[in-house]
Amino acid sequence: MTDETLGIPEPEGPTDLIDTDYEIGQDNVEGSVGPFGFDVHNPVFLISGLTIVAFVFYALVFQDQATEAFGALRPWLTSTFNWFFLTSANVFVLFCLALIVTPWGSVRLGGREATPDYTYVGWFAMLFAAGMGIGLMFFGVLEPVYHMAISEPLGVPSPFAEDGSIIEANVEAAKRMGLAATIYHWGLHPWAIYAIVALALALFSYNKGLPLTIRSAFYPIFGERVWGWTGHVIDILAVFATLFGLATSLGFGAQQANAGLEHVFGVPNNVEVQVVLITIITTIALISVLRGLDGGVKVLSEINMGLAALLLLFVLLVGPTMLILTDFVLGLFTYAQDLTALSNPFAREDTGYMNGWTAFYWAWWISWSPFVGMFIARVSRGRTVREFVTCVLIIPSLVCVLWMAVFGGVAIDQVLSDPAGSAVKAQVIDSYNPPISLFAMLEGLPLAGITSTLGIILVIVFFVTSSDSGSLVIDTITAGGKVDAPVPQRVFWCTFEGAVAIVLLLGGGLAALQAMVISTGLPFTIVLLLMCVAIAKGLASEPR
Amino acid sequence: MFTRIMVPVDLAHVNRLEKALTCAADLGKLYSIPVIYVGVTTALPSKLAHTPQEFRERLKEFAAEQARVAGIETGYFALETHDPAIDLDPALIRAASELEADLIVVASHIPNLMDYVWPSNGGTLAAHAKSSVLVVRI
Repeated sequence: MTDETLGIPEPEGPTDLIDTDYEIGQDNVEGSVGPFGFDVHNPVFLISGLTIVAFVFYALVFQDQATEAFGALRPWLTSTFNWFFLTSANVFVLFCLALIVTPWGSVRLGGREATPDYTYVGWFAMLFAAGMGIGLMFFGVLEPVYHMAISEPLGVPSPFAEDGSIIEANVEAAKRMGLAATIYHWGLHPWAIYAIVALALALFSYNKGLPLTIRSAFYPIFGERVWGWTGHVIDILAVFATLFGLATSLGFGAQQANAGLEHVFGVPNNVEVQVVLITIITTIALISVLRGLDGGVKVLSEINMGLAALLLLFVLLVGPTMLILTDFVLGLFTYAQDLTALSNPFAREDTGYMNGWTAFYWAWWISWSPFVGMFIARVSRGRTVREFVTCVLIIPSLVCVLWMAVFGGVAIDQVLSDPAGSAVKAQVIDSYNPPISLFAMLEGLPLAGITSTLGIILVIVFFVTSSDSGSLVIDTITAGGKVDAPVPQRVFWCTFEGAVAIVLLLGGGLAALQAMVISTGLPFTIVLLLMCVAIAKGLASEPR
Repeated sequence: MFTRIMVPVDLAHVNRLEKALTCAADLGKLYSIPVIYVGVTTALPSKLAHTPQEFRERLKEFAAEQARVAGIETGYFALETHDPAIDLDPALIRAASELEADLIVVASHIPNLMDYVWPSNGGTLAAHAKSSVLVVRI
């Protein structure tokens, strides 16, 4: 017999495979509907699909009731469980930092001799584009200005007096806090949340040989029960949060892009335009998923990162460069200095900031973590735990800090140097018009037409890169961890997500369902805490 | 006439490959040339194997079994891709070129309407591979 072994790399070193009788795909149903083949996990696919349809139906038919119920749920959650969200997020950061310094950090995902699947550039581009790209566009200007002038984190007073005049004595501290309070939401904590989920999934798939689904991370805790209803519930919840998270964001994203188009080009701001935008985004995402992980998702993510870097560089160079760089350093310093105070959940007086922003953000990141974490896991094989955590935690945090310092720094400078003429002040402080905030800042810089167009393109492409990676993730979970399920399935999920967004946009219910998605952050916080235990158990048994 | 035959195999659905496997084995015997079975997998655990190494072992056993049953010289070639549902065809074309296989025997389903949207693997191989391709209906 000829021994041809050129294809797969040589054996990739010892790992501690989990000995389970469960066979990936054993609960799957294979068949075809007409010419469409399918291979789906028996209860997970059906229950997720039906529940999603039922909730859309509920949100449409009982719109007022749904808005009232879920609308009240969000503030109740963030004010009642603020301590739980904040404490848990702190645990996640500390756990990640501990992984970097402990000997567990030397465990390699995929085996001792595994080599990374993607280069650093491709890897960063993908984890960034899936994770929070769109948020940077939306909040990059809004948040620093808002925290500087309105939310008063840690009681740092606003530089604006009641009559709108500037109180010089407050300016410096407010400026710094505006940036630091924003960095806090986009730095270590959110990335630690993503890192926990991603590491758990990567470890239990690549090193333990379990399917790439959320339930696998719970094997050390629930044992074989994880293949039964305990696991089904975890996976269904993950599909549910991912699809609704993406669909509602897509709906709101279309509204934002439309607002930008109206602001820059005078395109009418109405539902028809937004439906067209969702259709465009979904179509590009469909092409991307059909081209696959390497030919579609990765390429788009890299284009995305290139365009974002271009915009960042432009604002940095055209804006007050030295001032921005000073802001970057000062913001970072203030963040480091106030990190303990900002992450303390007890005896706080700035509840508006802590509940309305921090607890909300933590719930939001956590509800998105199954999707982003699973996608990061899929592209992270071959990295050591130390390299993985450092790269997922520290580097994206620094990029986010730079982004916020540049966009927020320029915006704050515009607001303070010419309060009367600042479009940012008009759109963020005098009125609250978040979708316009980025374009208002760009208006104050040269070549606003070009940069605003680039901004709109970026908003759209960031949505595409979230939508395509999200569809792949949902497809994998509902196929019981199979990544080679028939292609029509991923087409189905991508289209379904766009359709849900359009239906909710036309019929109402976007806000209600988004509030409901955020509420899944609560059970998932418990899930993530358990994941920390599972990671520790899993790493302890791994050969180093 | 030919020097080496390549047969793409999906180890999860070997029962569907019976005709193509017999056909390849007969041709291997006829020309006294080796038949190489090619499998495509991912680094992630799959129904067949927890790791790529385990997958390769499975493929090796499969090739050995074919050699024993059909009395031919066989070989195996395992490929790893990031997204096998999409990357399968280019991976197989690359394998044929790396293996210098001048005949590919591939099983393929009966054509249907969807082939206009998603061409079949056999069809794509026949259209793009440099070697001869024999498409055997399952």
